[in-house]
Amino acid sequence: MTKRFALGIFEDEDVLLHAVENVREAGVKIYEVFTPFPIHGIDDALGIERSRLPIAAFFFGLTGLSFALWMQIYMLGFDWPMIIGGKPHIALPAFIPVSFELTVLFCCHGMVITFYAISKLYPRWRTPVLDVRSTDDKFVMAIEVNENTDMNKLTQILRENGASEVNQKEMSKF
Amino acid sequence: MQHVSPVREPLVTGGKTYHDVTQDVCRQVEAAPNIRWMAALSVALLLLGVFFYSVYRTLWYGIGEWGLNKTIGWAWDITNFVWWVGIGHAGTLISAVLLLFRQKWRTSINRAAEAMTIFAVICAAMFPVLHMGRPWLAYWVFPLQNTFGSLWVNFNSPLLWDVFAISTYFTVSLVFWYTGLVPDFATIRDRAKGPIAKVAYSLLSMGWKGSAKHWSRYETVSLILAGVSTPLVLSVHTIVSMDFATSVVPGWHTTIFPPYFVAGAIFSGFAMVLTLMLITRVVFKLEDYITIEHIALMNKIMMVTGSIVGVAYITEFFIAWYSQVEYESYAFINRATGPYWWAYAAMMTCNVITPQLVWFRKVRYSIPLTFILSIIVNIGMWFERFVIIVTSLHRDYLPSSWAMFSPTIIDVGIYVGTIGLFFTLFLLFAKFFPVINMAEVKSVLKYTVDNGPTYTGRDPHHAPQPVTTHGVPASAPVNYDKHD
Repeated sequence: MTKRFALGIFEDEDVLLHAVENVREAGVKIYEVFTPFPIHGIDDALGIERSRLPIAAFFFGLTGLSFALWMQIYMLGFDWPMIIGGKPHIALPAFIPVSFELTVLFCCHGMVITFYAISKLYPRWRTPVLDVRSTDDKFVMAIEVNENTDMNKLTQILRENGASEVNQKEMSKF
Repeated sequence: MQHVSPVREPLVTGGKTYHDVTQDVCRQVEAAPNIRWMAALSVALLLLGVFFYSVYRTLWYGIGEWGLNKTIGWAWDITNFVWWVGIGHAGTLISAVLLLFRQKWRTSINRAAEAMTIFAVICAAMFPVLHMGRPWLAYWVFPLQNTFGSLWVNFNSPLLWDVFAISTYFTVSLVFWYTGLVPDFATIRDRAKGPIAKVAYSLLSMGWKGSAKHWSRYETVSLILAGVSTPLVLSVHTIVSMDFATSVVPGWHTTIFPPYFVAGAIFSGFAMVLTLMLITRVVFKLEDYITIEHIALMNKIMMVTGSIVGVAYITEFFIAWYSQVEYESYAFINRATGPYWWAYAAMMTCNVITPQLVWFRKVRYSIPLTFILSIIVNIGMWFERFVIIVTSLHRDYLPSSWAMFSPTIIDVGIYVGTIGLFFTLFLLFAKFFPVINMAEVKSVLKYTVDNGPTYTGRDPHHAPQPVTTHGVPASAPVNYDKHD
C-alpha cells in the first residue's frame, strides 16, 4: 500500500522539539520523527511510552540465573555426583561465577534480540528512507497525508514552527 | 535539550556542524584506501602469516613445539592470554563504566575502544584453545556429556569459570558494539553511491531509519547493556585471576589477585587505547574529535590504575614477609633477585615508575611522550604476567624439579602473530566501519559549542535563550583553572 507523507525538515533539535509540541497541539497527528541522534525529551513531546525493555531484561536475567543454578545442581549434585577437592556435591559458592555469567549472558542477548524483534530491525537488501539526510544532519517530521489534507495549512504550520523545507513523498511498504 | 555548562572544555574542537561530523568520519570509509593504510595492512598481514605458520607447526607437531617443560607448564601462552584479555578491558570500561558515570568525552573514543576489546579477546582466546593441543575438540569445555558416559564438566574449576566468563564477555561486547554501530551504518548507507556499498551497508544497518521510537529503545538498551557490562568486565578479570589465586602455588595463592588483576587490566587497556588512538587520530585526521584533552584524561586514568597496580606489588611483598610462610617469601625474593630478576625489574620500572611521570602536566599533554609511555606500559604489563606465571612456577616445592623457561621461535611466532591478527582486524575495522560513533558525537556537539554562536546551521530566529546552569549566566567569566 502506498502512503503519502508530508515531511517537515528541521535543522536543529531544539527547534524540532518545540515544533513537535506545537504541531501536536495544533491537532496534527505526527506519523514518525526521524533524527540522526537520540534527542532527550522527544519521547515526552511525542507521547512515546517508556520502554518496557528493562523489565524484559530483568526476566531474561532471572531465566539465566535459574538455568545456571539448575544446570550446575543437576549435573554435579544429582546426575553424576563426584567429590571434587573434598567439597560437597552441591558447592554453591563455587557455582557463583558461572551463575553470574549466565545471568548476564541471558539478560543481554535476550534484551538485544527483543529490541531488534520489536523494532522490526533485520538485515535487508535495500532500505528506503523518507529523506536520506535524516541520518546525517536533518531532523525529519513525517506526517501522513491523503487527498483530503489541506496541504497549504499543514505547510504553514510546519513553516511557522521552524521547518526549513516542507516536502512530500510517496512510499510503498513503509 | 542539552544543558550547557559555561565552564566545560569543548569535547569536540573546530566548531563542527552535524554535517561536518558525518563528513569527517565517513571520509575514510568512502575514499579509496590510502597508501599508509595499505602499508600498515601489509605489515599486519605479514605478521598474520607468521601466526598461521606457527599455529600450523603447533597443530601438526604438537605442543612440544613450544618451550614448555615439566615444571613450567604455563608460560608465554597464558601470559599472552592474560595480556590480551586485560587489554580488552579498557574498551568496556570506556563504553560501559564511563557511560554510567555520564562522562561524555567517551563518545569519540568508545567505538574504537570497543573494537579493540573484541579483537583483543579474539587474540586472547587463541592461546587457551591452542594450548588444549587438540583445538578441534575445544567444544568439550562446554557442559556436554562426555562421549563415553555421562560425566559432566567440573563447575568447581576456575578454568571452566573462565570459559563462561570469556564467552559471555566476548558475545556481550560484540552485541553492544554492533548495536552502537547500526545507526552509523545507516548514515553510511544513505550516503553510499556504489551499488555494492549500498547493499552491504543496508544489510549491516538492519533497516535502521532513526525513528524517535527506535532511538528511545536504543538508549534504554545501551544503558542496560552498560549497567550489566560493568560488573561483567570486573568479573572477567577476577575469574582470570582466580585461575591462579585458587591454586596452592606460592606467588599465586593470594587474595589480592582479583582487584589487582582488574586494575592491571584497565591500566594496560588504556595504554593500548592510547597507542591506537594516537595513531588513528593522525592517520584519519580526527584531531578535532580525539583532542589533547581526551589524551590527558586517558593518561590520568592510566596513572590512577598504574598506581593501584604499584600498591598491589608492594602489598604482595609485604604479605609474603608478614605471613611468615617460607615458601611464599622465597617465591617473592626469588622473583626480585633470582634468575628472572630482569623480568621483575622491567615490570617494576615500566609499571610503577613510568606512570608516575603523568603527574607532570607537560607529559600528560605531550603526544610523543604519551605514545612512548603507552608502549612502555604495554611492555611492562606483558612482563607482569610473565613474572607472575613463570617465576612462580619455575622454582616450586621440590628443588630437584626446578627449571628455567626459554621460548622457542614458535612461541615468539604465535605471540607476534596475534599482534598481526589484532592489527589486521583493527585496520579492516578502521577502513570499513566508522571509527567514531557519529550519532553520539552529534548528540554532544551542542554541549561543546556553548550555546552555539559558532554553530552556523542554527536558525537565528529560534535560537534558545542563553542557558544558565545553577544560576550562572553563560557568559560568566571562568575564574578557576579549568584543566586540573
